[in-house]
Amino acid sequence: MVGPEQLLQLVLVGLTQGAIYALIALGFVTIYNVTGVINFAQGEFAMLGAMLMVSLAPLGLPTPAAFFLAVAGVVVVGGGVERLAIHPARRASVVTLIIITIGADIVLRGLALLAWGTDPLPLAPFSAGPPLTFGGAFITRQALWILGTTAVTLAALYAFFEYTYPGKIVRACAINRLAARLSGISPERMSLLAFCLAAALGGVGGVVIAPLTLVSYDMGLYLGLRGFVAAVMGGLVSAPGAVAGALLLGILEALVAGIWKAAYKEAAAFLVLFVILLLRPQGLFTRAVARQAGL
Amino acid sequence: MDIRKLVPVALLLGILALGVRTAWAQEFRIGFVAAITGPASSLGGPERDVAVMLQKELDAAGGLPGPDGRKRTVKIIIHDDQSKADETVKAVKKLIADDKVHAVIASSQSPTSLAVIPIVTEARVPLISMASSHAIVTPVKDRYWVFKTPQSNIHVAVHQVGYLKAKGVKKIASLYVNDAFGEDSRRGLAEMLKGTGIEAVYEDKFEHADKDMTPQLTRVRASGAEVLIVHAIPPSASIITKNFRDLGLQIPLIHNHGVGNKPFIDLAGGAAEGVIFPIGKMLVAEELPAADPQKKALLDFIAWYEKGTGKPRSTFAGHGWDALQMLFPILASLPPDLPLEQARVRIRDGLEQTRNFVGTGGIFTMSAEDHVGLDERSMVLVRIEGGKWKYFPREKW
Repeated sequence: MVGPEQLLQLVLVGLTQGAIYALIALGFVTIYNVTGVINFAQGEFAMLGAMLMVSLAPLGLPTPAAFFLAVAGVVVVGGGVERLAIHPARRASVVTLIIITIGADIVLRGLALLAWGTDPLPLAPFSAGPPLTFGGAFITRQALWILGTTAVTLAALYAFFEYTYPGKIVRACAINRLAARLSGISPERMSLLAFCLAAALGGVGGVVIAPLTLVSYDMGLYLGLRGFVAAVMGGLVSAPGAVAGALLLGILEALVAGIWKAAYKEAAAFLVLFVILLLRPQGLFTRAVARQAGL
Repeated sequence: MDIRKLVPVALLLGILALGVRTAWAQEFRIGFVAAITGPASSLGGPERDVAVMLQKELDAAGGLPGPDGRKRTVKIIIHDDQSKADETVKAVKKLIADDKVHAVIASSQSPTSLAVIPIVTEARVPLISMASSHAIVTPVKDRYWVFKTPQSNIHVAVHQVGYLKAKGVKKIASLYVNDAFGEDSRRGLAEMLKGTGIEAVYEDKFEHADKDMTPQLTRVRASGAEVLIVHAIPPSASIITKNFRDLGLQIPLIHNHGVGNKPFIDLAGGAAEGVIFPIGKMLVAEELPAADPQKKALLDFIAWYEKGTGKPRSTFAGHGWDALQMLFPILASLPPDLPLEQARVRIRDGLEQTRNFVGTGGIFTMSAEDHVGLDERSMVLVRIEGGKWKYFPREKW
């Protein structure tokens, strides 16, 4: 019933969606690793990126300029959330901080509703033209942009963590916060940095997916939930695990909808979340390691 | 002087004014619930605009003249249901219990409209829905208090199947949004396909909030369908249209009347080009033959709406307009100082006796068996060409 071309098509669709989930999942992982907080406002960063991109579109800026401006805008918001909401409550328990991020999520969505209204907004693809064929399957130019941008972003993130000093500090903080602190690293500044990074990742995801999905004030919830599921698949601590989880989730959703019933797509995502939390809370790809280090 | 000393005076004046109002002027209150925000805001927004504009006109005219010539004010109380059934229920309950409305107009979507039917039935308040599902007004014995202004999905299917037959199509695919509207439209189509020899080879649904329907469309391509029929409203209808083009599908794409607004075209971008769908005549009013009995009413409404709002025409605005305009003459005809319960009964009876009311959605003739009062003559086929709606009569097929 399902031919190889169809299967390829579904996998391509799933990979495209999964790439976006990956960016958002990495935001979850970054913040969790550094601060121990699950930032439920993560999806709103993607929404804000997309909204800013739409607002910048009429100015006629070249796409790369608009792209960086939009992402920069989201980074400012991400930093603002950390400074205004998380920082003042930094002595509170992690659970309190998580609840604060849920509040931040609602506030950001509400502000977007006021600023941009309820109607979904369209955005032109980065490069015009008909979709390309690839082994009998079709792929839109925007999907290539999504895959390419995600790949570049992941490479940049890897380079940042591996080869730059601030990146190494963040990692140090993630590995052992107490030891990092003893070496003179300020966990508070790292928390700010983590939120900015996560905001940038979410913003990039939102900007590149906007032309495919339309932009609306409530899109953050949809993306945030899937990013969270992906991050959980990676055990919340593993960046490669989160990326793999995101791609798997995207493909799973596409296959469920394309082979079985579209209505079960949503259920599939949550079933995965449920099963993993139940059976492998440490994530699919990580060995069980004590993550209490430094806490 | 301390301004607070004026408070009792102001209160007294307020009480006096209220007393005078009830003593001298009778007021009609119409509850108006629409999906002003949420996924269906492209429907509810224009409906709200119509209610606001008509309220202004009524206020300027001093209300509706009664049989005794005295003017009675009309208050349209507008609520937003956020495109959610529970919010619609809350709003309608409040309108009936607190505002003591004479009639309710609710709401923009089929699921939200269906949700309030038990409430108005129990409270014995006439309801006019602005949504399309046939289930809103059938079976009519359970829908004693319920009317609606949009054409039913079954009328839509008559046109769709007429086109399929003319084109000699044998296999179709059908994708619908997973709610009462999509389901009703799909069922209407299946009903009309019976005995035609046209087979639905693939059917599936998607959610309002879905961002990518490519998986379903992949199945459409593999199914060998010659035409795809979609039952949805924007934004999901726009997204599926984009996905359809992005997948390089070459078969004709037919939508239902859910896409009869400008946001559908704007959101789908170039992808909307060539989409065919049945819709009330408003979108192509200028192109209608001069003999069409609705033509003048439509052109008048379009001019009024576009001037008043600065927005392009919307059939949904028309559904709201029809509901209110149908109500006004009935309110005007009520004798003065009728108790609320009796007024509600008289309004319901009046709605059921509507004859040859020329509205934007068609020419309404209601009866005890028919609470829509429209047939398939109220619709035409339209094709999107150059980002605009073009009349698509049989000669052009």
